[in-house]
Amino acid sequence: MNTNLHEKRIPIIKLGNFLIVSIQVDMHDKLALQLQSQILEEIEKTGAKGVLIDISVLEMVDSFIGRMLSGMASMASIMDAAVVIVGMQPAVAITLVELGLEMPGVDTALNMEKGMEMLEKRLNSDDTALF
Amino acid sequence: MIELVSDSSWEILGKHQIESEDSIVKVRQLIRQHAKDLSMGIIDQTRITTAVSELLRNMYNYANGGIVLIESGMVDEKNALIVTCMDEGSGIDDIELAMSDGYTSGQGMGFGLPGSKRLVDDFEIHSKKDVGTTVRVMKWK
Repeated sequence: MNTNLHEKRIPIIKLGNFLIVSIQVDMHDKLALQLQSQILEEIEKTGAKGVLIDISVLEMVDSFIGRMLSGMASMASIMDAAVVIVGMQPAVAITLVELGLEMPGVDTALNMEKGMEMLEKRLNSDDTALF
Repeated sequence: MIELVSDSSWEILGKHQIESEDSIVKVRQLIRQHAKDLSMGIIDQTRITTAVSELLRNMYNYANGGIVLIESGMVDEKNALIVTCMDEGSGIDDIELAMSDGYTSGQGMGFGLPGSKRLVDDFEIHSKKDVGTTVRVMKWK
């Protein structure tokens, strides 16, 4: 079981101040939880200020994965990093809302580029807010 | 296990055991494929897949898994995908409570059953103490 999970490990790429995660597999619950802790460990290790999570390939987000994503955003925010979810498919957005999960407090962007702009803007305003 | 009567005209597309997280992933991919084969649109494919995903998780987390029966056929003159999830868990004490938004027995956020119901066209649940729970959902075009 463990080796199986290991094979499916989702890569996290560091780019400047940000981490980029592209979820390319249909995740089962354990893999989703593993990704959550993996990202938090990576934030701690790298001091990243933002995390972009690309879910454009995900054809389905159910209540568990939705909860993992919004939990992820709150945890990262406590660690002083912002999370932006990018590329949600329209069918996924519709289903999430109908399911009753509106993911309050989660920032989203249409694509990677817009998500990156969002994070950069946030990083810059944080810098000026200090003075 | 509580078995439900199927219409004799329905076609069995598959019967699968849920016994691991991997089997959950596999079955929900199959559900999407069957929905696609019935030429449902992408949104309906996603709705039925997500609804079933919630039911499979319940079965796996609370009843050590179970059996999923996938059928297709006519329901009220509409071409439907019919998915029946059967487990041999301890059963649900208060179905009305379990069907209310926000109710959770612990791990979840309480959107599983009511959320799943909102995503499908027909939802039926039967539960008997120490016998198990069976949920049948249908999505039609």
